[in-house]
Amino acid sequence: MSEKLTPETDLTKPVIPAARQGKTSSRVIEHFVAPLEETPLAAIDNVDESEAPLSLWADAWRNLRRQPLFIISALLIIFVLVVAFLPHLFASVDPTSCSLNDSSEGARAGHPLGFTLQGCDVYSRMVYGTRASLMVGVFTTLGVLVVGGIMGALAGYYGGWIDAILARLGDIFFALPLILGAIVVMQLPAFRDNRSVWTVVLTLVIFGWPQIARITRGAVIENRNADFVTASKALGLSRFSALVRHVIPNSLAPIIVVASISLGTFIVAEATLSFLGIGLPDTVMSWGNDIAAAQPQVRNNPGVLLWPAVALSITVLSFIMLGDALRDALDPKARKR
Amino acid sequence: MVMFTLRRFLQLVPVFFGATLLVYFLVFATPGDPIAALSGGKPMAPAVEAALRAQYNLDQPFWIQYGLYLKNLVTLNLGQTFSGQDVSAVIGRAYPVTARLAIMALAIEAVFGVLFGVIAGLRKGKLFDATVLVASLVVIAVPTFVLGFVLQLVIGVQLGWARPTVSGAAPWDELILPALVLGLVSLAYVIRLTRASISENMNADYVRTATAKGLSRPRVVVVHILRNSLIPVVTFLGADLGSLMGGAIVTEGIFNVPGVGNLLYKAIQKGESATVVAVVGILVIVFVVANLVVDLLYAWLDPRIRYV
Amino acid sequence: MSNHAKDETVKPAAPRADDAPLLEIRDLAITFETSNGPVKAVRNAHLTIMPGETVAIVGESGSGKSTTALAAIGLLPSNGRVSAGRIIFDGEDIANASEKRIIELRGNSIGMVPQDPMSNLNPVWKIGFQVKETLKANGLAGANSKERVAEVLSEAGLPDAAARAKQYPHEFSGGMRQRALIAIGLACRPRLLIADEPTSALDVTVQRQILDHLDRMTTELGTAVLLITHDLGLAAERAEKLVVMYKGQVVESGPALEILRNPQHPYTQRLVNSAPSLASRRLQSQKAKDALAAAVAELDTPADADTAPDTAGATPADAGHAPSSIPAAAAKPPAASLDGQRKGAQAGETILEIKNLTKVFKLRGALGKSSDFKAVDDVSFSVPRGTTMAIVGESGSGKSTVAQMALSLLAPTEGSILFDGVEVNTLKGKALFDFRRRVQPIFQDPYGSLDPMFNIYRTIEEPLKIHRIGDAKSREKKVRELLDQVSMPASTMHRFPNELSGGQRQRIAIARALALNPDVIICDEAVSALDVLVQAQVLNLLNELQEDLGLTYLFITHDLAVVRQIADHVTVMQKGRVVEAASTDEVFSNPKQVYTQELLNAIPGATLLV
Repeated sequence: MSEKLTPETDLTKPVIPAARQGKTSSRVIEHFVAPLEETPLAAIDNVDESEAPLSLWADAWRNLRRQPLFIISALLIIFVLVVAFLPHLFASVDPTSCSLNDSSEGARAGHPLGFTLQGCDVYSRMVYGTRASLMVGVFTTLGVLVVGGIMGALAGYYGGWIDAILARLGDIFFALPLILGAIVVMQLPAFRDNRSVWTVVLTLVIFGWPQIARITRGAVIENRNADFVTASKALGLSRFSALVRHVIPNSLAPIIVVASISLGTFIVAEATLSFLGIGLPDTVMSWGNDIAAAQPQVRNNPGVLLWPAVALSITVLSFIMLGDALRDALDPKARKR
Repeated sequence: MVMFTLRRFLQLVPVFFGATLLVYFLVFATPGDPIAALSGGKPMAPAVEAALRAQYNLDQPFWIQYGLYLKNLVTLNLGQTFSGQDVSAVIGRAYPVTARLAIMALAIEAVFGVLFGVIAGLRKGKLFDATVLVASLVVIAVPTFVLGFVLQLVIGVQLGWARPTVSGAAPWDELILPALVLGLVSLAYVIRLTRASISENMNADYVRTATAKGLSRPRVVVVHILRNSLIPVVTFLGADLGSLMGGAIVTEGIFNVPGVGNLLYKAIQKGESATVVAVVGILVIVFVVANLVVDLLYAWLDPRIRYV
Repeated sequence: MSNHAKDETVKPAAPRADDAPLLEIRDLAITFETSNGPVKAVRNAHLTIMPGETVAIVGESGSGKSTTALAAIGLLPSNGRVSAGRIIFDGEDIANASEKRIIELRGNSIGMVPQDPMSNLNPVWKIGFQVKETLKANGLAGANSKERVAEVLSEAGLPDAAARAKQYPHEFSGGMRQRALIAIGLACRPRLLIADEPTSALDVTVQRQILDHLDRMTTELGTAVLLITHDLGLAAERAEKLVVMYKGQVVESGPALEILRNPQHPYTQRLVNSAPSLASRRLQSQKAKDALAAAVAELDTPADADTAPDTAGATPADAGHAPSSIPAAAAKPPAASLDGQRKGAQAGETILEIKNLTKVFKLRGALGKSSDFKAVDDVSFSVPRGTTMAIVGESGSGKSTVAQMALSLLAPTEGSILFDGVEVNTLKGKALFDFRRRVQPIFQDPYGSLDPMFNIYRTIEEPLKIHRIGDAKSREKKVRELLDQVSMPASTMHRFPNELSGGQRQRIAIARALALNPDVIICDEAVSALDVLVQAQVLNLLNELQEDLGLTYLFITHDLAVVRQIADHVTVMQKGRVVEAASTDEVFSNPKQVYTQELLNAIPGATLLV
């Protein structure tokens, strides 16, 4: 402790001190040296060539494969997709051949879940209803990804007035909650008179895109100033190419997660609109319509309402679980070694 | 802080005009006769039609129509329903009920959401955490109207613990069940948000520093983990109050609660588009104001925001 | 000055008997439970701290130095535990003490100053609250806690402490935050202070002030300090005793200056040879031109184990009388006189000329009002072909903005950038595209400079593809060559950036920059994020490439010590302006400006072995 600054020195101002000599101790300090064989020196910064190379997606896939949440949800989604494409493999009864003789009948051979008020087979309608619900979910998600993704990417990447305008535009649509907005739109004669899967998809896209736009914008902003983007520009890559080649691929992870969860919520939204009588027309078989139709007799015959509700909930749950599993697997914090 | 408030307020102005313009445009400027749209495609008495034309100034150019619509909206001159009642008076009756319902739902969300979320976050990976997480996923996956019917059936009809539907005056106790149904989905989101926020903050450097100071574990949790973690939760709850105030169309429909949502629901069923547009216009104002409040709340809670 | 000085004059009154250790760590092992099974982060670690003594643990990232220190205050991450050994604090084994006992000790017996001042203060509480809380938890708040808080803060060198206590962390600069954290760490007068890289995140001059202050406070209070640092020079300057850790083990420990002058373990020797701050010390002690030659020669000497003498068997007693202050590895004769070659290059034409460069940013203020901020103010310099120009400055000096403009990624407000006699500002289309081919960047953050989605092959191939050079086959050949040039195995091309270390990524970034055979490479803090040994390796590589390919470097850095090793000319910047510009030798041997002197003085350990 030989060299000390004088205590009066004002440390808030820069000082030019005398050369520092370091500290020595009055105590006897043992000088210990570990035997070399205990910690042999490794070469500086060698590449570990023992493990097989792994891309980020491959790495995520390896993580996912070990997650029960992912396995369960993926299997369920595959199953639901198969049912949607090939309903006749799962139900032999025609869901539209209803007979009032069977009105509200209970379960019997060939009709495991009984009949609706109109005498239609509940199980068969549940199976055939899959397609419409899933279509709404899938196509709305695709639409939202295209519209929201492009808007968000442009706003985030170019910033400035493009960002300001798109952000306000998003806010405007955000100020109208999905259901409220959908109510207004579905009232329009053009929509009211041509109700179909596509009008529902269009309506949900109109009010659903701002969310994806926000997520995309955030992810793009996070990446747009990354050194690897700057490096590419310095290599001569055009600004737009850098967006497409480097920024967007690196922004995909959070978008995929949100898209998966949104897909589930869009299916719920369709059901809610159908329940309110402004979703899919009665001619389209869907879970939402069946639940709405079963509503008046819910106290006498709850099964008619419950079965499509269960089918819908499991489907939605699978997509939400998938999103959760993807979030864990694609987490950039977990990724960095 | 004043500057911040002012800037936030100014940012909301275009949103307000944009959203109302959007609604108005969708109803009145799209192809087709707006009167036909307003009547829901049903034949209509000439007197009603004339009243509608006058109410919406349909003989005026579009921008003047829109300006007058805004003026009517702000002065609560909202026209009449098919049955001849003042829409503003109808909304005035329905709003207190919706407000009551929304506050109760919010209380349920806040109390149970934060409680479960905090416990799950602090014991991440344990049994309680896993159970709560799965339960919250299920709640999010099941549509509100299914939950509503099931709870109405089980608690209201079969167990008889609560009235399955709400009576005209909609007193507090009868609103518990609808409030639970209304709050359940948000409750699940609050749990997940709190949990994620807590478990992220637990690993923050300042929490380690607080521990190194010699603070007891409960103090570290309450002062340093909870306070910071609850900022996003409180703002979520604020935003949610805004949307709950907008009326819970589905829940109020199921339990027959005479609130704004139910009003809207019935107006849709009856095809009273004029009422629908008026109500939606009011609700946009509610949302915009709620958003402003949330922004200010956020700034108040997080000192870093205030000076940005 | 002798390293066994026996003077006992300035020793402050130590409160306790000096013969009993305050902290003794014996055979410590720390194990982390990971998804790939248990990992031993620390093995057989041992160290002793006497009351009032400063002991420094030195090591690279991952050496276990922080983990060892955190174990002493019971703050291991939840998946880590002490799996063997003892941590004896004041005669009591606290390795497996109860939570209650550890909480009692924290704060008033063992204090901590953490590494990153930006993240270690809770952003939602006022500074005063966070200090008061410490006093309260240890029963020291009392009735006049407010005054006490102000007192503690002003002791830590925070001006106007009473008012400052009412502010939030985000209203503080990094240096002020670190002072607040020091105040918190020492508020309850602990007998041991654990300082974990307390100044690594700060500018060098601030770093010096804070370390000086910490030094003075702990001396006055008689506090023992366990200093964790990656910087050997800093450790030797601040501590009586050094503990060198490598791969979770203590490889050498003993009196600081003795270890510095006479390292015994080959790893310590490596560290001493590579530490940039010490390198400049050595150069400083010799005549200017010879010094440069020696420095260049040393850089060209691969710092691998073969060249280090086998002194592992030497006893501690032998170490005492090794007189040479020049480490053995540096004694190897220079392979080639780079100095001469560089001289020739310096005589060459100017390749990059910056004239009166100014950049003004508009800062958005309240209500759309904006104010101007001059990030770069009238900067001029020129870089001769084949040489290295270093731009040195602290954060906010505008050095990186200059780099951005030189890369034509940012348009200057005023002034001109001439590359090979052509004005860069006005380049458009094809001409700009060709310019890009000749000037390449290497950035600071090795984790951010490579696209994580691209494998190494695509990363290095990208410039060739953009400029449509060769076909797939010839490009692959070129990638192989480039990997070889940066000493990476060809098999690396199938890997992804997340599988490589920071130094390896930086070498890949160099390979990418070289792909188009550029004339100029602009290195923006290219080695700042790397551990010393890896840093030395990358600097060495850059130096070799310059020699082989005749490259010109514009080297942006905050670290004068690195400048000493790589640059021929230096431009010192402060607040957007050029403070001093001269040859490297001149700046180091005869700094003209106060600010440059300050920067030089701030290099830790710079004066230790004169």
